[in-house]
Amino acid sequence: MDTSQSTPDKTRQFNAVFEVLKKNNNDKSRLIPILQEVQEVYRYLPPMVMSFIASSLGIPASRVYGVATFYSHFTLKPKGKHVIRVCDGTACHVKGSSEIATTLRAHLNLGPGENTTQDLLFTLETVSCLGACGLAPVMVVNDAVHGQISSAQACSIVDSLKKSEARHEA
Amino acid sequence: MKPDTLIELSSKVRNDYKKAMNNVKRRVTVCAGTGCVANGSLRVVEALIAACEKHGSPASVSLAFENAEQTTLLLVAKSGCQGFCQMGPLVTILPDGILYTKVKPEDAEEIVASTLCKNVVVERLLYRDQANARMCHGTANIPFYALQKRKVLAACGVIDPENIKEYIAAGGYAAAHEAIHSMKPEAICKLVLEAGLRGRGGGGFPAGKKWELTRLAKGDKKYIICNGDEGDPGAFMDRSVMEGNPHSVVEGIMIAAKAIGAQQGVVYVRLEYPLAVKRMKHAVAEARAAGFLGKNAFGSDFSFDIDIMEGAGAFVCGEETAMIASIEGKRGMPEPKPPYPAENGLFSCPTVINNVETLASVPLIFNEGAEVFRSVGTQKSPGTKTFALTGHVVNTGLIEVPFGSTLRQIIFDIGGGVTGANGKIDPNGFKAVQIGGPSGACLTKKHLDMPLDFDSLKSIGAMVGSGGLVVMNQSTCMVSIAQYFMQFAQNESCGKCVTCREGTKQMLALLTDIVEGRGTKDTLEILKTTANVVAKASLCGLGKSAPNPVLSTMREFAEEYEEHIVNKTCPAGECKALSRPTILADKCIGCALCTKSCPVGAIVGQRKMPHTIDAALCINCRACISTCKLHAIV
Repeated sequence: MDTSQSTPDKTRQFNAVFEVLKKNNNDKSRLIPILQEVQEVYRYLPPMVMSFIASSLGIPASRVYGVATFYSHFTLKPKGKHVIRVCDGTACHVKGSSEIATTLRAHLNLGPGENTTQDLLFTLETVSCLGACGLAPVMVVNDAVHGQISSAQACSIVDSLKKSEARHEA
Repeated sequence: MKPDTLIELSSKVRNDYKKAMNNVKRRVTVCAGTGCVANGSLRVVEALIAACEKHGSPASVSLAFENAEQTTLLLVAKSGCQGFCQMGPLVTILPDGILYTKVKPEDAEEIVASTLCKNVVVERLLYRDQANARMCHGTANIPFYALQKRKVLAACGVIDPENIKEYIAAGGYAAAHEAIHSMKPEAICKLVLEAGLRGRGGGGFPAGKKWELTRLAKGDKKYIICNGDEGDPGAFMDRSVMEGNPHSVVEGIMIAAKAIGAQQGVVYVRLEYPLAVKRMKHAVAEARAAGFLGKNAFGSDFSFDIDIMEGAGAFVCGEETAMIASIEGKRGMPEPKPPYPAENGLFSCPTVINNVETLASVPLIFNEGAEVFRSVGTQKSPGTKTFALTGHVVNTGLIEVPFGSTLRQIIFDIGGGVTGANGKIDPNGFKAVQIGGPSGACLTKKHLDMPLDFDSLKSIGAMVGSGGLVVMNQSTCMVSIAQYFMQFAQNESCGKCVTCREGTKQMLALLTDIVEGRGTKDTLEILKTTANVVAKASLCGLGKSAPNPVLSTMREFAEEYEEHIVNKTCPAGECKALSRPTILADKCIGCALCTKSCPVGAIVGQRKMPHTIDAALCINCRACISTCKLHAIV
């Protein structure tokens, strides 16, 4: 039986990291870009990968962990397939962005402290400013910016994604 | 490249451009800044091209520099942010000078059929002045644009940001060429010092002085860092410059590099700005391919290159020493100064860090001279400043005005006035304007006529910051705003200094107490004491300025804090914990379910008639809200 499809192939997993390290000349000052690129591949930073990066760059694993936990972009838990970022910058805040975030949390059935749905389809984040203040309130789904949205519109954007996922499944 | 080839090249490019432009009968520019792209401007471009094709006048998408003889009658080009984000997607038609707003792909057909083919203006797409319902033909008669002084932003929204030749044709890189070929570093520093250029990123330190200090510092290797980590919520000036005119930033960096003798530059851009990252990378690649960057720039003996680095989402990295740590691949935590980066910066080498807008202003000083640059603005803050005007204001977007302009001019003349809760102009709606983000302060009516510059703002406990202006109307609660900023500072505190790490947390808890009705007179006292300690004992700007929003709102809106504490009410009606439930008379059918649920008997009324709540008895347990089946209690 071919097991390579059901169990992840470890060497192939690390190949991607190896490529990233090589591209960055194994330069420890390029740790942040390295982690960014690695996270692109895995959608998060698995502990094993962080240790691998540390030993390849010749720095303590604690330093990699320190950097990975310092910056809000890095995540140690898997993110959902679709990342929804609700802007809570000042302009969005005074135009009611917290209500949108609350409504979306309820809509996605996210419990307290949870950011990712059980099925790993959606991750909901609030970010401090996306710099599209002229269109406040703003929400970014994957890389598409949606401006001047209401709570209802935000939910319907999520619903249409859900629908297309379901169609994809079928 | 041989020494004088840029001069030859630019005169050739300029000639080609002139020829190409002579052939262009019309230039249709579609804004492709983040705001307009979000509203679908890229689809508008496609629709316009398709419509032109259909009407028998195919459009080009970029100027035909290479074959200038080719007749291009019609050009449909994209530009960077044109500033009027709220009215986007924006379409400008030259030479007619028409500005169409909120253009949808469906409108493309009519624009081509009427305006391009028959010279007829599509009136429904013109901007209508809300104040007097006047139709505005183009930027010249729209107050939002007409009252600005766009210098740094002059080319933003006009030229194609992804075509270096358009920048060269508009006079670009001449300043860098002159600086690198025929100016001594000390002369460059002197010129920038004479122009009085002050850092646009917050503090307002003279750029020329910073350069001079770094120039004199000893070191084989020196660096220049361009700070594009515009993290202040409510600010997007640097994003617009990087997206709309990235070459002006590259040119500014090159001049700074020559002035201090740097071999390497780094542009640190926020991760949240993907388009800015893309445009800056493209601009650097174009400049490198043209021989302006890299070994022997412009054919001189000066070698210099630029790297683009994306941030990873930490506000504190906007602080110089934290940014240096981040570029070195470490946690972005600030270091004590001195030593200043000028002596001991990136990889322990002398380093200059300037903000995007500061660097983009440098070519301007070279092209127009220090005198002309100084002629705008105030004596101590010369030049212009870009602001991001947002919040409860009619016209939101990116603006540029001379230093010394007043808030009244910005909010009421350019911004078109304050909007009320219904989104319409409210003549008495103005409550406050927040300037400078989490480091800044809330300014009120009495500050409306104060000229804005670095020093006047500093004298009242505020700062320019990077230039976000968020207008707030009467429905905004100032205590919640203070809480909002404290939440931000608390999230972003790097944790190095106890006063900042613990102090912001305590201040947030105290503010939350007030917002949720647990505040006492003591709360205010402790808040004030904590704020002063945090401001005095924190290392970097983040901690030092984190109390500003709290202290300024406590000063200007003392009575609003009192209301929250003494009367347990929120005058703006924003704090949910302090608002008593009310029954909507038009929805209530008098079923009396709520009267039974109320533990204190505060709900009264006749059966089948709308009920009311006796505010004196209500204990705000909100039991009635969940009982009502008609959602008549809010």
